[in-house]
Amino acid sequence: MIHSLFLINSSSDIFLEKHWKSVISRSVCDYFFEVQEKAGEAENVPPVIHAGHHYLINIYREKIFFVSVIQSEVPPLFVIEFLHHVAETFQDYFGECSESAIKDNVVIVYELLEEMLDNGFPLATESNILKELIKPPNILRSVVNSITGSCNVGETLPTGQLSTIPWRRAGVKYTNNEAYFDVVEEIDAILDKTGSVVFAEIQGVIDACVNLTGMPDLTLSFMNPRLLDDVSFHPCVRFKRWESERVLSFIPPDGNFRLLSYHVSAQNLVAIPIYVKQNISFFETGSSGRLDITVGPKQTMGKTVEAVFVTINMPKVVLSANLTATQGNYTYNPVTKTLVWDIGKLSQQKLPNLKGSLTLQCGAPKPEESPSLNIDLKIQQLAISGLKVNRLDMYGEKYKPFKGVKYVSKAGKFQVRT
Amino acid sequence: SSGSSVNIHASYLLMSVLHRNEDLREMLESTKESLKLEAMKRIVGLIARGKNASELFPAVVKNVASKNIELKKLVYVYLVRYAEEQQDLALLSISTFQRALKDPNQLIRASALRVLSSIRVPIIVPIMMLAIKEAATDLSPYVRKTAAHAIQKLYSLDADQKEQLIEVIEKLLKDKSTLVAGSVVMAFEEVCPDRIDLIHKNYRKLCNLLVDVEEWGQVVIISMLTRYARTQFISPWKEDGIFDENSEQAFYESDEEKLGTPQSKPYIMDPDHRLLLRNTKPLLQSRNTAVVMSVAQLYWHLAPKQEVGVITKSLVRLLRSHREVQYIVLQNIATMSIQQKGIFEPFMKSFYVRSTDPTHIKTLKLEILTNLANEANISTILREFQTYVKSQDKAFAAATIQAIGRCATNITDVTDTCLNGLVLLLSNRDETVVAESVVVIKKLLQTQPTQHSEIIKHMAKLFDNITVPMARASILWLIGEYCERVPKIAPDVLRKMAKTFTVEEDIVKLQTVNLAAKLYLTNSKQTKLLTQYILNLGKYDQSYDIRDRTRFIRQLIVPNEKSGALSKYARRILLASKPAPMLESTFKDRDRFQLGTLSHTINSKATGYLELSDWPTAAPDSSVRNVEVMEPVKKEISWTFGAASECHVKEWVPSMGKTKPLKSDDKFYSDSGEEEGAGEEGTGSSSEDSSSSSSSSSSNEESDSESEDKNSKHSEETDSSQSDKSSGHSDKKKADKKKRLQLKKKAKKAAPKERYQMHRPPTHHPLTQELWNLRTFTPKMVSSPVFVPMSSHELLHRMTGKGLAAQYHFPRQPCIYGNKMVSVQLTLTNSSDHTLEDISIGEKTSSGQNIHRFSSIERLEPGASVTVSMGIDFNDSTQAANFQLCTKEDQFSVSIQPVVGELFLPVTMTEQDFRKEQGKLQGMNETSATITMAPENTSNQALSKKMVSVANMGVVPTGEDSLYRFAAKSVSSGDLVLVSVDLTDSSSGRLTINTEKTVIGSMLLRDLKTALAQP
Repeated sequence: MIHSLFLINSSSDIFLEKHWKSVISRSVCDYFFEVQEKAGEAENVPPVIHAGHHYLINIYREKIFFVSVIQSEVPPLFVIEFLHHVAETFQDYFGECSESAIKDNVVIVYELLEEMLDNGFPLATESNILKELIKPPNILRSVVNSITGSCNVGETLPTGQLSTIPWRRAGVKYTNNEAYFDVVEEIDAILDKTGSVVFAEIQGVIDACVNLTGMPDLTLSFMNPRLLDDVSFHPCVRFKRWESERVLSFIPPDGNFRLLSYHVSAQNLVAIPIYVKQNISFFETGSSGRLDITVGPKQTMGKTVEAVFVTINMPKVVLSANLTATQGNYTYNPVTKTLVWDIGKLSQQKLPNLKGSLTLQCGAPKPEESPSLNIDLKIQQLAISGLKVNRLDMYGEKYKPFKGVKYVSKAGKFQVRT
Repeated sequence: SSGSSVNIHASYLLMSVLHRNEDLREMLESTKESLKLEAMKRIVGLIARGKNASELFPAVVKNVASKNIELKKLVYVYLVRYAEEQQDLALLSISTFQRALKDPNQLIRASALRVLSSIRVPIIVPIMMLAIKEAATDLSPYVRKTAAHAIQKLYSLDADQKEQLIEVIEKLLKDKSTLVAGSVVMAFEEVCPDRIDLIHKNYRKLCNLLVDVEEWGQVVIISMLTRYARTQFISPWKEDGIFDENSEQAFYESDEEKLGTPQSKPYIMDPDHRLLLRNTKPLLQSRNTAVVMSVAQLYWHLAPKQEVGVITKSLVRLLRSHREVQYIVLQNIATMSIQQKGIFEPFMKSFYVRSTDPTHIKTLKLEILTNLANEANISTILREFQTYVKSQDKAFAAATIQAIGRCATNITDVTDTCLNGLVLLLSNRDETVVAESVVVIKKLLQTQPTQHSEIIKHMAKLFDNITVPMARASILWLIGEYCERVPKIAPDVLRKMAKTFTVEEDIVKLQTVNLAAKLYLTNSKQTKLLTQYILNLGKYDQSYDIRDRTRFIRQLIVPNEKSGALSKYARRILLASKPAPMLESTFKDRDRFQLGTLSHTINSKATGYLELSDWPTAAPDSSVRNVEVMEPVKKEISWTFGAASECHVKEWVPSMGKTKPLKSDDKFYSDSGEEEGAGEEGTGSSSEDSSSSSSSSSSNEESDSESEDKNSKHSEETDSSQSDKSSGHSDKKKADKKKRLQLKKKAKKAAPKERYQMHRPPTHHPLTQELWNLRTFTPKMVSSPVFVPMSSHELLHRMTGKGLAAQYHFPRQPCIYGNKMVSVQLTLTNSSDHTLEDISIGEKTSSGQNIHRFSSIERLEPGASVTVSMGIDFNDSTQAANFQLCTKEDQFSVSIQPVVGELFLPVTMTEQDFRKEQGKLQGMNETSATITMAPENTSNQALSKKMVSVANMGVVPTGEDSLYRFAAKSVSSGDLVLVSVDLTDSSSGRLTINTEKTVIGSMLLRDLKTALAQP
């Protein structure tokens, strides 16, 4: 399946290569570089490239291209999903998935890649199992290792591999037993010029951090499970019980994991927490334009909207912006042509406003296109869909765990057209 | 001097490189583990950066047998990378792996096989083959998984091994472990995807296991089952002609043919077809996007049309994932939405474009929106398109204009609206937008040439300002084609073109020549001179094409003596009415590829693409998937054992004392067959059971419902259905017994290393076996073994024995050859490909024991095995008996080392006798120790079972609850060995052994103590 992997940084250096079958010369990447050059921006590089006798399937993450070499038919999503999994594993192990982190930990990276694929087919990919096979680096151990000569590699077979629960290792022990659940919702919306909703939906996830001793069996129930239109589960969730009772019943993996992703459909009315009044116009003459944006809270369910950002990608002819913000700060980057207005908290009393003039390139025609506004925001202690966790019960263990649920709503792909 | 300094510099560099590697070499050869490890880490760093480190091979390979696991792993990484280049040196490491293949730790066995099979050195192919065959019958599913991977490696190294590898695949396909399933199907797909017959018997099992297989395996299995189903079931698309938007497509041809034939039987879906659809559906909820996509494509290719709708929600969900995932999913939706727009229409807004999407995502969304357009939603879509036209991304704006053109041709209601909209775009400031509009308008006008002279005039006016060649060429073509509608403007445009002809692009020049020719034919009075001027310019143009075209046109339109009959038809040729171009989706023919495949993505056949066959016209025999009860025994038995390895002794023990051996037998079967599958199906229900009773209600409920589900589907599939077994149908008993006998025979061969089984002497009639358990606990004076462990020990491995394999086993029977001897059973197997002759034990024994040899075996055919008995007088010591196993050609030194418990024969005596004898053996003849016992061993039967499994002893009945007594005598000297266990509380007690043979007494004490402490 996956023949080789090359990691390429933004300056087109191949800084790591790994082959699971016979060695393939790195010159195969030339095809990639060619396409990359044509595509211009990294995001525009097509994920699947036909390269002579090979196929290159790549992903772009954290400024790194993960380019895998494929020799024969394989579902492309299989490879893409796996590459993302590799990136996430690096993130998990090193705290970040950056070029320097990978270079600093090249031995662990190699050991991981060795375990994750055998002959190009995934072997051990569950984080719980990998961590038993190869211990993540930490400063203390690297010191100890260098003194005692002990190693990163686990001595025993990971128990999970053979247990009926492949995602959980046996013999987990904690002095403080805790289970935390974060309900995170993102609003994807497109608003048109007049502020009316073209499209809106809510994407949610429940991320869990479970540190529980032994083999706990958890049941999480909701006040309003019917709200969830479409769901996808961590493999630990018992599908049958969800089908019949709409409760999440599962033996959790140890540590952090994503329990559930869900979708609240566009058919349900989605509350839009803010409104935006905007007017961006360019004059026929004088090479200038005007900008006037006001942001205000709308359906916030009594919570405060915070961390509000407005980002605008201006047309190329806009040279500079001379604006005044009644709240927060704005910056205009004349190279990327991005205007960012960091508003902060929204208050009901005084609506933040950004107003002023834009200077255009001399002699250039008035831009046709209208830039759109991308909004970022955050609301603590609220799931905008109204989803509420009812209770969490634990079976199978005798102790009383500490349980906690946190809600937060954010803007996802939230766009206002002008 | 500068030259020499460069030289010096270069040699310095070279030196430093050499020096550096010299450093590493020294570190590798040091005695310090930490230095070696450090060196290997640096070397791996070199490999990762693509630097050559091959000259360190000799130094590295020495460390292959290192005790340090990390060091060893890094050496493996190195070996796999360079073995191909350094074949001779690589061979040095092979024996290490061969040894590691027999390691008791499955992790080590697995990694040895992984590395051995990754070393691409052709000379070791036979060794790899043997190792794979061996590993395929390993007790650990993890090792078997590695074996499945190794199959593909060996196949790519030497395709000649195909037939043998298929045999291994066939075996592994029967494996019931979810860990193995994905990997073996992967091997199947690579090695023998055409051997669909191998799947029949495993089809239902795969369907049922699917939910519990790891995600990556699911993708592979689903894809294979899609192919399988298309060859085995008849089309479910016949009756429901609900949807036939594109019925002329090849995709449906077979259906239509069938509709034509008088075959009007109502369609009934094969239950196996339904099973596949039902069991894959939950996986649409997987977090793994590849799994969701693979289920989606399965439904698309296999489900009745009205059921395909279930996949849309999940596919739309994937659009929230990474950019690359979106790209693939959108591509597939684009193909689907051409054929079935209905299922995606409710989700239309999910395909709305955001300005932040990358261009290729935008274009795909646009494609889908265009496919989804119909009379009802077109106004919404066009409004959305208007926004896109204004996009800063010009390539996308241009694509939008094309999309508008497509909508206009597909939906006649809006053609005029679209055309007007496009005309408005002609005054756009952006040239790409204008150019694209012109091109699209040209195509649209062709479909509706009437009453559009205004638009043509408008375009002619714009002509001066348009510089994009394609757009200019399009306008010229339009004016030429409809020159009779714009009789005044056309010659003027030609006049302008005559001026600029030399600086135009080729496509513009060609269209100018065309325009000139057409005008010459319709309006020669005004344009004759212009045309000649242009033709003259063309005649001397730099481009071949232009020159050719000019020459051709001149001959065609200007009549002269040389031109033949053709010029008469010039008008008909040039001004023929032309069919309007079709504005079609680029995804129109993509459905010739299976969705979700690489081939579909790149729109051409990728290497190794497996064609999805058309539905068969008549259903093939569906009974091939039935799994018979009797059939599997011969080959499957080792698999039953394989899976049984996970079933611990402890699970087995409780059934020991029961007086219904048949039932316990059943349990054994179902356990071994289903252990893993069943355990996982309940999502860990077994662990719940053991850990708590409070949760059992919920988990049972679940597993019950699942097994019910299964029964209804597969009541015939007895060997995989647990509940069927426990219900104990009487008509199956016979079969079970037969199976058991065969099993037992096979068991000796398969020789599970850790598994204990009650031994039933083959002379017993099956019926008397029911009495047999009782006998173990009733006092009898006959010394017969209470319990015989089935464990065999390896005497000679087939690789070292050149095909001859030998295993030994202690039957715990008094030896018939001599009363001081311990009887030993040898099982000899010929796993080579030729007959072995004259197998015997050599005359010489190196250790001096008295051995009764078995009589020489004249011939042993390939694949055959034989069991023989021999006797050894171990002289009451655990010293190994060394002797030679000879064939006609070879001699192999082997040795049998008995554990202390095998040096006894059981003695049965009364409680009084025991006390009396014990009284005589006090003082230094008594050894004792405090013991702590695993909770599993504290029950009466469990404890006895444990004791008699460790040593061949008889049970002495006692009147006291917490006191257990066992008696035996040593084989050689006949001295009594008395063992008593006095439990002080539930988990601890005192173990006392009284015997004159103090050495074996203390050894026995140690063995028993450890055994009782283990569960």
